[in-house]
Amino acid sequence: MSDQEDDIILSELNDEDLVAQMFDDLYDGLKDEIEEGVNLLLARDWTPYRVLTEALVGGMTIVGHDFRDGILFVPEVLLAANAMKGGMAILKPLLIATGAPRVGKMVIGTVKGDIHDIGKNLVGMMMEGAGFEVVDLGINNSVDAYLEAIEREGPDILGMSALLTTTMPYMKVVIDTLIEKGIRDDYTVLVGGAPLNEEFGKAIGADAYCRDAAVAVETAKEFMARKHNRMAANV
Amino acid sequence: MSQPLKPITDAQLSSEGLELRDNGRVLLIACGALAREILALINANGWTHIDLQCLPAIYHNEPSKITPSVKATIEKYQPEYAEIFIVYADCGTGGQLQRLCNDMGVSMIAGPHCYSFYEGNTDFQARQELTCFYLTDFLVRQFDAFFWRPMGLDRHPQLLEMYFGNYTTLVYQAQTQDPLLEAKAQDCARRMRLAYEYRFTGYGDLAATLFAVADNR
Repeated sequence: MSDQEDDIILSELNDEDLVAQMFDDLYDGLKDEIEEGVNLLLARDWTPYRVLTEALVGGMTIVGHDFRDGILFVPEVLLAANAMKGGMAILKPLLIATGAPRVGKMVIGTVKGDIHDIGKNLVGMMMEGAGFEVVDLGINNSVDAYLEAIEREGPDILGMSALLTTTMPYMKVVIDTLIEKGIRDDYTVLVGGAPLNEEFGKAIGADAYCRDAAVAVETAKEFMARKHNRMAANV
Repeated sequence: MSQPLKPITDAQLSSEGLELRDNGRVLLIACGALAREILALINANGWTHIDLQCLPAIYHNEPSKITPSVKATIEKYQPEYAEIFIVYADCGTGGQLQRLCNDMGVSMIAGPHCYSFYEGNTDFQARQELTCFYLTDFLVRQFDAFFWRPMGLDRHPQLLEMYFGNYTTLVYQAQTQDPLLEAKAQDCARRMRLAYEYRFTGYGDLAATLFAVADNR
């Protein structure tokens, strides 16, 4: 964000300034700097979970807000996501090893006939950042692929993505199959993609349409909170 | 239909659109990316009763703007015309444009997008090409303005894999036989690191559709 970055030596910054600098570096999509910052914080005895939530997710939240507000555009968001991915690659095994808190589990994939995965990948990464375990099925997923995955993984949330008007109706095929099998209510179904809208999400029987990755995270958290409340009420 | 007073530029079609209205009884509301092909059909067939109003072609990159803009244009001109026909396919509107047309009593060209109707909707659907990226004559000429620069690939070439990693082939659907455009399309494929395929489509379903509209006097 500033021209002074060349002069900044990350290791010489105190924790507060380092995190602030990492916010800037995420915003500017500087993957090497993010990886360095993550390693520095870990070396200063920050837990992996704290690095994730305070440094990476905090920075990506600003990116998400500025994207929503039309200040940042897709290329900049992708660069920031790529930088965050670098940090996540370091943190992910450590988060598992240290038993970091898990908000919930999501299976996510692009529907059959569709190879577009930019939005899906952003959602997956932001969900991981928010503490969800994410199982990414990739692109071009048949109803069988979704069914096998949810049976195998037992997620809380099923996420489906489509970029094409021709492929988005396939989401209904998946949801209808869940209904036929009597398992629809076992999962929160979130859908997203450029040609979708809230009306479409309702029409196909999804729990929610998510406009972007930040909304997906907030929506997923809300549904998890409701689920926990229901479970608590039933105890 | 009136004729353009000065040469039409792709930049104008991209950002402003085109208005060629006179005393026609039929108005085509179309994507600016189709303007040259529609004009060629109108002029070749002497369809003097047809006027043309094109919206900015750059809406290709922001499909959410298409339906409201078409709606406003229909509302503006409907009292002046016996018939209005929409020369947009679904074009990423997720069915909203079709619903608008149904609500406002106008018809639109069939298909998910121009790549499909240029090839012919039936043939395009039969191909089931998941991993192809399509360019038309207009989009070959406007490749940098519509794709390369808006996607930030001029500034951040490392994003290429994130955008096009799942694609295999660039298909140039040619409306005209133009060696210069073909060379440019081939270069686009090289820049995107995709295989290249040339496919002459002509105007496909666009021609048949507009003949039907023109004949419905």
